[in-house]
Amino acid sequence: MAESAIIDIRQVSKRYKVSNEALLVLDTLNLSVRPGEFLSIVGASGCGKSTLLRLLTGLDADYEGEIKVRGELIKGTSLDRGIVFQEHRLFPWLTVKQNVGLGLQNSSWSEDKKRKAVEDHIALVGLNGFEGAFPHQLSGGMAQRAAIARGLVNQPSILLLDEPFGALDALTRSRLQQELQRIWQTEKITMILVTHDVDEAVYLGDRVVVLQPRPGRIRRIVDVDVPHPRERSDPQLKALIEEVRGEIVNVTAN
Amino acid sequence: MSEALLAPSAPPLDSRSAWQRSLSFRRGLLVPGLILTAWIVSTHYGLVNKHLVAKPGAVVTRAIKEATEGGLLVNLLASLQRDSIGFVLGALAGVAFGGLLGMSNLSNRLFSPTFHAAKQVAMFAWIPLLSVWLGTGEQAKVIFIAVAAFYPIVVNTQEGIQGVAREHIEVARAFDYTRWQILRKVVFPSALPSIFAGIHTGLIYAWLGTIGAEYLLAPGFGIGNLMIEGRESFQMDKVLLGVIVVGAVGATINLLASRIEQYVLRWRVTAFEARQ
Repeated sequence: MAESAIIDIRQVSKRYKVSNEALLVLDTLNLSVRPGEFLSIVGASGCGKSTLLRLLTGLDADYEGEIKVRGELIKGTSLDRGIVFQEHRLFPWLTVKQNVGLGLQNSSWSEDKKRKAVEDHIALVGLNGFEGAFPHQLSGGMAQRAAIARGLVNQPSILLLDEPFGALDALTRSRLQQELQRIWQTEKITMILVTHDVDEAVYLGDRVVVLQPRPGRIRRIVDVDVPHPRERSDPQLKALIEEVRGEIVNVTAN
Repeated sequence: MSEALLAPSAPPLDSRSAWQRSLSFRRGLLVPGLILTAWIVSTHYGLVNKHLVAKPGAVVTRAIKEATEGGLLVNLLASLQRDSIGFVLGALAGVAFGGLLGMSNLSNRLFSPTFHAAKQVAMFAWIPLLSVWLGTGEQAKVIFIAVAAFYPIVVNTQEGIQGVAREHIEVARAFDYTRWQILRKVVFPSALPSIFAGIHTGLIYAWLGTIGAEYLLAPGFGIGNLMIEGRESFQMDKVLLGVIVVGAVGATINLLASRIEQYVLRWRVTAFEARQ
């Protein structure tokens, strides 16, 4: 298992200093992510799921334990790991096209290949015709599409998604979940999605990691053996959603 | 993709209709119109001392005379040149110093308290000091104008740089940007609206400073000197001409700065557009 894993999280703990006391937010986490898998991490707020994603991105290097990508300890951020945040975080002074191109700033590709990658990824997220628009001219859903294109543009082998649809309305959210499933199938890369939305976690994930809070620990890992593309009405999915929700509710009741 | 259909197209810079704009323009003319009328009426019927307030006609005649055979153009050009040199010096120094304060915690802690204390010294209080150090010639005037432009530009540049969103810097870090790339691609563009606001204020202060410097550090050419001449020879039409030219130049500088700002920062959402 450890051999074939693309990401290996070993004995990872994370503490935050809160008024001179170390608050434990992640407690000795162990988790292996398989190449090409869609992994959902779900849990109530305060379970450290976003913290875990920050560690995986490399934005925070202050933790105990080991995080390895393809057997190598991660050192800071990497172009091999793309990220989509909860807020779109597009630069307001750049157009959609320029924002998507941000991810290619430090790529060694030729200008032609870069231009093509930007065009392809704008098309992939369905933003054709909006290349020259500024972020304030986009709806929330479109801005998040652009952010996904930016995260994918340099073809990372891992895409990390931190509650990417959390701020969207329900209709847009379910449409984008469907799109993300399609994109994942097209790009064939590893995706790790952090969310508090159980339906979303189960609908998209091959496996769902349920975290329990204070301190953040893995409570259970649920396999979702339903082939993609999935239908929301699938009874098997519905049963699993109830199962996962049960785990989270149990924890909160404790 | 029905989302795309709902997206608004690019909003115009000024979303009011042409009719609304012309109406507000005409409303804006009301007060100047009333003042002009009061001026014409009061001078025509001798309601005010004609030695203190010249007739509008006399000012027009004076303007033509000064423009054709007198020193209006020479004085105006001298003022504009002085203004530009002083402004450019002050702006360069201001952006550099404000950038330093914004980017380096150490220099912020070292210099900010002194800078903010010095800022409290009223602009014109520098004049006696400068005239002792540099005399009353061109050098002192230009330095004074530079000082006038310097302060607002420092303050706004520093604020702009410190106001850069941590979220945007994280995006750049996730893409492996170097410190220099973060500075150039994130910090600078995000600080630009604030830097522009500072430059805009700096332009206005520099023009005020130009007239002040000419008036208080007398020798030489300049619109301020034209007004001194008028005052000393009790030619009120000349003084009023000076006032009008100073106002017109100031308004033009302000308008040009606004237009450039609007164009460069066209990506910004105004409160009006954000409401949709």
